[in-house]
Amino acid sequence: MKSILTDRQLAITIDRLSHQLIENHPQFTNTVLIGLQPRGIYLSDRIYHQLQTLLPGVQVPYGKLDITFYRDDYKSGKGFHTPNETDIDFSIENKHVVLVDDVLYTGRTIRSAMDAMLDFGRPATVELLVLIDRRFSRELPIQPTYTGRTIDAIITEKVKVLWKERDGKDEVVLIA
Amino acid sequence: MSLSAKHLLGIRDLKRSDIELIFKTADQFKDVLQRPIKKVPSLRDTTIVNVFFENSTRTRISFELAEKRLGADVVNFSASGSSVSKGETLIDTVNNILSMKVDLVVMRHSATGAPHFLSKHINVPIVNAGDGINEHPTQALLDAYSIRERLGSVEGKKVAICGDIMHSRVALSNIYCLKKLGAEVTVAGPPTLIPKYIAEALGVNVTYNIREALNWCDVANVLRIQLERQNMPLFSSLREYSLAYGVNRQLLDSLQKEIVIMHPGPINRGVELSSDVADSGQSIILDQVENGVATRMAVLYLLARKED
Repeated sequence: MKSILTDRQLAITIDRLSHQLIENHPQFTNTVLIGLQPRGIYLSDRIYHQLQTLLPGVQVPYGKLDITFYRDDYKSGKGFHTPNETDIDFSIENKHVVLVDDVLYTGRTIRSAMDAMLDFGRPATVELLVLIDRRFSRELPIQPTYTGRTIDAIITEKVKVLWKERDGKDEVVLIA
Repeated sequence: MSLSAKHLLGIRDLKRSDIELIFKTADQFKDVLQRPIKKVPSLRDTTIVNVFFENSTRTRISFELAEKRLGADVVNFSASGSSVSKGETLIDTVNNILSMKVDLVVMRHSATGAPHFLSKHINVPIVNAGDGINEHPTQALLDAYSIRERLGSVEGKKVAICGDIMHSRVALSNIYCLKKLGAEVTVAGPPTLIPKYIAEALGVNVTYNIREALNWCDVANVLRIQLERQNMPLFSSLREYSLAYGVNRQLLDSLQKEIVIMHPGPINRGVELSSDVADSGQSIILDQVENGVATRMAVLYLLARKED
């Protein structure tokens, strides 16, 4: 097991990603943040709170999207995913959407997420923010707009993101 | 986690964890049904046939909507107007449909055990949409789901099932489902419409006094008098039944608390349930119908998944 990001590095990375978002969306006037269930929301929660600190008085629209029913591997039987709550109480019609997930791997989750998202309207633009980009392992032409850390990992290795709220500590590790 | 059963033939075969998984999944489908686009593509590669050997309004429309909102392809078959009248057997009929590449069968049949029989001869999941006087599992699921939605949970609640228990598949499925979820059940009705050994067999309370049952319960599920299944007179007249066992406003107002009224439909208005009660705020009859689509979506979604 190899550490990719320690808790301190993780905090700095989340801070940087938040600043990069503000760089592109100064007041979040027409921009919304959508975290992907179940694991992306830990990251999107952190970023949402960081944005609130950095932009006092600005209300960032923030939703959570569950993609279970949109997966393309449902019937192939590769593990059953329990559906989670989708909580988007605003329209994304003509908005700039920032999708947030923890690890970008094959790109299939993001493909499903874009499918699911379109049921809530037609966004003006869609950006993707991920904490870990496992490059060279994509099965679809999907690339992140904002990346916490890019890593090269072989297919048998597994990236695990630990969150204090759920796992007791903040850390990103590579399991061989 | 996935369902422990391959088919949904009856609530009898389900575990409590199965029912809870169905409810949890249905919660999310209910949310989908509130959206402007009430559809997900989960079963876009699945074809479902609804085989109805018996009449139905709610169940059939509810299943068809559930299937369409999951993105499945749907074909409908009803016995009337089909080759069944030429003498084709059940297995032949279904096998012919399945040879056209159908992945899941929803079936209603007037013969008790018909889906269980079929499940031994075909290789795709079967959902029982009502078989004779045995079970109507999706009705029980949506009933329990509606109680959970109205009262927060099913565990520990007191539910009275009133009326024609003998001929009701809704009653049997409801008893299994409610007991598995930890509710207490009383059946109430005329002695001729309550099976003799039901208390010992299913662990329910029995009363022949409707007022006593209503005074005891949190929820009353009032069943339809099934005149089409009765081949001998079991009570003297509908009017007498209504006077002795009908649920009306006057009776409800004389109780110590406000109870929730349910009915699986179709209502014989003025017989087992008076119109003012059926249409009042105490009644969750239309919520039951609404929840039917979400719970059936959950059942189909969970069964359509291929075995590993």
